[in-house]
Amino acid sequence: MKKAALYLIPLAAFVILAVFLLRGLWLNPREVPSPLIGKAAPMFERPNLHQPGLQFASKQMMGQVWIFNVWASWCTPCRQEHPLWNELATKKLVPIIGMNYKDDADAAKKWLADLGDPYTLTIVDDDGRLGIDYGVYGVPETFIIDKQGVIRHKHIGPVTPEAIEKQIVPLVRELQKS
Amino acid sequence: MKTLWVVLLLALTGGLHAQTAVPTEDDPLTAKREVELASKLRCLVCQNQSIADSHASLAVDLRRQIREQIAAGKSDAEIVNFMTDRYGDFVLYQPPFKATTLLLWLGPLLLLALGALVVVRVVRGRRQAGPPLSDDERARAEALLAGKESGQ
Repeated sequence: MKKAALYLIPLAAFVILAVFLLRGLWLNPREVPSPLIGKAAPMFERPNLHQPGLQFASKQMMGQVWIFNVWASWCTPCRQEHPLWNELATKKLVPIIGMNYKDDADAAKKWLADLGDPYTLTIVDDDGRLGIDYGVYGVPETFIIDKQGVIRHKHIGPVTPEAIEKQIVPLVRELQKS
Repeated sequence: MKTLWVVLLLALTGGLHAQTAVPTEDDPLTAKREVELASKLRCLVCQNQSIADSHASLAVDLRRQIREQIAAGKSDAEIVNFMTDRYGDFVLYQPPFKATTLLLWLGPLLLLALGALVVVRVVRGRRQAGPPLSDDERARAEALLAGKESGQ
């Protein structure tokens, strides 16, 4: 009886390992949890894509919830998510600020002219330094920043209609109430 | 080890010529520290490469960041903190020892201890012989060992 129990140990170990490995199949190794969630969004002052002489300071967004979307014209998945931002922008629910990441300004402007411009405004991060401050590693990335300027959510990769409906919009609404 | 450094340094300087304007060869100490730090950090774009190995544009940017911070007199710990503040512990090839990584660090030791325990128990169990042989059995065993009787 005791011996039988002993033989069950390897079986139990196998089952535990199998459960972990099975779970691993559905995890996305590209989605690295950001240490910035719950922390103050890095402050910045960056030129506006359409008016390079005009600096936009992130301080101006204090007191309102906003979405910060990192994109580039060279980024194919950005093209995939772009219509969703266009759609969200028509609802006028929340300001969407674009960060044009390591891009050519003319290509970026043409991209917006061709595909539509959902952004309240777009700032330029031509050398990728602001991206580093926000821990950006895979464009597109999207941050939700609350009224106190704290990062509350980060979406890595292109947003999906489900992510917008089930995560982004409800969170924005909730943050706007508080 | 030395050869490894030479190879790493060569690989890096090759990349630097192509991608940045700041020649680090001027200051071998800075270059060495840069490579040292960069090889400790994982590139998030191509996750199985370090920042030192990767040619991804993010890795190039992060190497530039490391270089600038070395030039600004930052310590290695400060530079590593800069990276983990932004990208999390995931960028460290050697994760820190803390509550959430306890199992990661102590798990192997735990398994080793468990294995040792199993070995001890098995060996002890073997040592405990069964009841002593009866005279009959002993005689038969001796006969078998001598090869006189062919057992089935």
